[in-house]
Amino acid sequence: MTLDITIKQENQVLTVYLKGELDHHAVSKIKDTIDLNILKAPVKKLVLDMSGVTFMDSSGIGLIVGRFNRIRSFGGSMTIKNPSQTLLKILKMSGIDQLMKIN
Amino acid sequence: MQPINRMKIEFDSKSTNEAFARVVVAAFAAQLDPTLEDLADLKTSVSEAVTNAIIHGYEQKTGTIYMECILYSNSIKVIIEDHGIGIEDIEKAKTPAFTTKPELERSGMGFSVMESFMDTLHIESEKGKGTKIIMTKRFSRD
Ligand SMILES: Nc1ncnc2c1ncn2[C@@H]1O[C@H](COP(=O)(O)OP(=O)(O)OP(=O)(O)O)[C@@H](O)[C@H]1O
Ligand SMILES: [Mg+2]
Repeated sequence: MTLDITIKQENQVLTVYLKGELDHHAVSKIKDTIDLNILKAPVKKLVLDMSGVTFMDSSGIGLIVGRFNRIRSFGGSMTIKNPSQTLLKILKMSGIDQLMKIN
Repeated sequence: MQPINRMKIEFDSKSTNEAFARVVVAAFAAQLDPTLEDLADLKTSVSEAVTNAIIHGYEQKTGTIYMECILYSNSIKVIIEDHGIGIEDIEKAKTPAFTTKPELERSGMGFSVMESFMDTLHIESEKGKGTKIIMTKRFSRD
């Protein structure tokens, strides 16, 4: 079981598309890829598109909060896009919907 | 309550087994024909307990995780056990946002997820001996 990651950079917006299951195993493989891309070019906004994510546990919360703190330390912002109802449940219970925009 | 089915497996504390464990439990629970939402809650909770055994119990070193499932006519009991470092203060560990591994970007939400996604959560642990998580979920009928 794997998690596929696709990254697109346009102007100062970095969009990360995830596809698969977001657990501890998957997070440990993609975290550095996202961070390298944040460092590579000036990024003002990080968009995490979760339309392809079929599973997420607290490891996903850790990934999101960690990237949020990083992008904010560079003065940027973060948005989550297209989470399923199942994902929305865990995003809300962990308070991530209070930290950033989810649409 | 009479059990109608039971299974027990053990596997290495490798992160690839997080997906394996939740898929196995979901497949076993499928015979009760649970709703997709109940199944998702169950899978997430299993993933939390197994991930905790790997990251905290065995601190990402080699160990064995024991998992048992007992099915009743309308519910499931899942027992996940490790023989790792154990938990010093269980009440504190259950506090939302409490984590002993912030450097690994853990958010301290695992037990909160298990508590809210399952119907009961029971934690037995002894420092230096290991941890046993016993949780149950009743399946709603649609
Ligand atoms: N199997 C275990 N063995 C030893 N300690 C554990 C175990 N499970 C949990 N703990 C302890 O309980 C704390 C809280 O666990 P919980 O799952 O709620 O949060 P976390 O794992 O730290 O973060 P998250 O689950 O959000 O990634 C852990 O930080 C750890 O100290
Ligand atoms: Mg945890």
